[in-house]
Amino acid sequence: MQQLRRSFLKLAGGTGALVTLAATGLLKPITAWAAPWNKNAFESKATADVIKNLGASNLIESKDITITAPDIAENGAIVPVAVTSKIPNTQSIAIIAEKNPFPLAASVDFSGGGEGYVSTRLKMGQTSDVRAIVKADGKFYTAVKEVKVTVGGCG
Amino acid sequence: MHLSRREFMQIMAVAAAQGLPLAAGPAFAAAAGGTLYDLGKSAANVTLMHITDCHAQLLPVYFREPDVNIGVGEARGRPPHLVGEALLKHFGLKPGTREAHAYTHLDYVEAARSHGKVGGFAHLATLVKQVRAQRPGALLLDGGDTWQGSATALWSKGQDMIDAAKLLGVDIMTGHWEFTYGAKRVEEVVNKDFKGRIEFLAQNIRTADFDDPVFRAWTMREINGAPVAIIGQAFPYTPIANPRHLVADWTFGIQEERLQRVVDEARKKGAQAVVLLSHNGMDTDIKLASRVSGIDAILGGHTHDAVPQPVPVRNRGGTTLVTNAGSNGKFLGVLELDVRGGGVKSSRYRLLPVFATLLAPDAGMAELIRKHRAPYETRLGEKLAVSEGLLFRRGNFNGSFDQLILDALLAEKDAEIAFSPGFRWGTSILPGEPITTEDVMSMTAITYPQVTTSNITGENLKNLLEDICDNLFNPDPYFQQGGDMVRVGGLQYACDPTQKIGSRISDMRLKGKAIEAGRSYKLASWAPVAEGASGEPVWDVVTRYLRARKVIKPPVLNRPRVIGVDGNPGIAG
Repeated sequence: MQQLRRSFLKLAGGTGALVTLAATGLLKPITAWAAPWNKNAFESKATADVIKNLGASNLIESKDITITAPDIAENGAIVPVAVTSKIPNTQSIAIIAEKNPFPLAASVDFSGGGEGYVSTRLKMGQTSDVRAIVKADGKFYTAVKEVKVTVGGCG
Repeated sequence: MHLSRREFMQIMAVAAAQGLPLAAGPAFAAAAGGTLYDLGKSAANVTLMHITDCHAQLLPVYFREPDVNIGVGEARGRPPHLVGEALLKHFGLKPGTREAHAYTHLDYVEAARSHGKVGGFAHLATLVKQVRAQRPGALLLDGGDTWQGSATALWSKGQDMIDAAKLLGVDIMTGHWEFTYGAKRVEEVVNKDFKGRIEFLAQNIRTADFDDPVFRAWTMREINGAPVAIIGQAFPYTPIANPRHLVADWTFGIQEERLQRVVDEARKKGAQAVVLLSHNGMDTDIKLASRVSGIDAILGGHTHDAVPQPVPVRNRGGTTLVTNAGSNGKFLGVLELDVRGGGVKSSRYRLLPVFATLLAPDAGMAELIRKHRAPYETRLGEKLAVSEGLLFRRGNFNGSFDQLILDALLAEKDAEIAFSPGFRWGTSILPGEPITTEDVMSMTAITYPQVTTSNITGENLKNLLEDICDNLFNPDPYFQQGGDMVRVGGLQYACDPTQKIGSRISDMRLKGKAIEAGRSYKLASWAPVAEGASGEPVWDVVTRYLRARKVIKPPVLNRPRVIGVDGNPGIAG
């Protein structure tokens, strides 16, 4: 079964490769659906500017947002990060790696009451807070998790 | 102590005549061993024996416990961060006793001479048999780091240890250094050698692509009528602390939430006791125990802490006992649980030191060891030099054998600064003893032994030391990797473990002169985690250095000036 899935993905080639490239940060960050490309937010070089350009100035800390990410990244080039929002009427989830040169890594819009869940892989050059910003019913909520990127060695 | 060339030759001759140190003093053995290994009567129906981090030491060794094991934050002064007299006092042990020698570095050389070597699988096998005879149905769990740490293990890709573990009767195992032989080798052993004999468990290893389990997470064993669940927890930071390319398709991590689901599943299926066989390291296990409920005991390893009694940790489901069972085959942990009416009613734990002089070697195991060593015996026994001082490794900052490696790297590679990894495995050598090829390999036997040289700026040196220091002293154990601080030759510095990353390292100097951020320095180091690194194996460099000198004076330890931790019971006074 596992082998079948792998074979299938290899055959599916083009699509799989595109997803991987986007995930490792080599292409433009992900946007979902036909959401308008928030050029200013994606090109911001500081987290404060990203937040401002997302229009999310009044952030509310929320325990209904879960960020699933490793405490220490196994490979800074592909750090798996998933965000789950249990906030009713979640409209969008943005993921920010605060110390990246361009902190905004992804912004995903949900239409028609879709489940507030997004999973991706970030490229991170150094230890940083990973911040999720959730828009729900026009309000902005946030949560943070630190991901450590280390040189390794010394077992 | 100073040795003339003539004395050196005499010592070499005596050592050669002694041969294998397998059977030592059986007459004296019976008397003193009688009480130490007598478990007495017990109402408990479940007994779990635990070995961990033996690092492939099949023969008895000397192993000096650390004199520096600093705890910061909540871990300050809490086991395992107690050394010497502070440890004895905490556990109510008397100084000068056999137990005090087993658990501490105090009066190490004199005590080691009088109590002899520790561990050895032939002696351990005898003890395991004694426990099984006293506690029928007892299981034997192996926490890993079993296949790495010796010449014969490296040269046979772990085969000597795999065969020894089977003969010893290990029931369940998890791992860490095992993975440095590569994923394929581990899978081959688990699927062939271990099939039907030893269950390899790891709830926290998944495939990187589809998040599929690589090994079974847990197993249920009925022990004298009581259903007991054992869960495996491999070293969570294997792809970071060791070369990632060796396990490229797997992902690890602590996986706390998944562990809770496994515990809940085991309880649902009727487990009346749940035990985690862990390679997390003790601080990580203590934090884990406070956040995951339903585990009765964590039998832990990785950090090589010889902790005589468990640390009880409260959580929302009750209390979890956390243990750590030392290293190098020096100890056998014995956990007894009275499992009745659906749960654990009471427990008892002993960390039995394996004194080779108190346990006659098991004939079958001795023969297996002999067979595995036979092809290599001449090479292993080559005497490269004699050591005038005590050589050891363990301790937060530096050990004398590491200093020897650093001195060799500096001399042989013409470097200004040398780094040697803060590994916690490796044996000890008493003053006046020869240093053999086997000894050198016991300090260096890894699958990525290359020595590399590079030019590094002062700024990057500082960043590197800060990064490594944070892996040791981050107050949150989930950010620790369980090794000691990198050993540093040539460079002097100060270290404040209580600060944050970026502020722990200061006053960096080379021959008294301050390190310049923008200047480039020649650095020699070994054990590169990057794929494709090339260089001479470190054991060749050390061997050349030893052969050229013949007599090794006690190495002058280059330890950092440690600040901010006055009165910390993790530093010997």
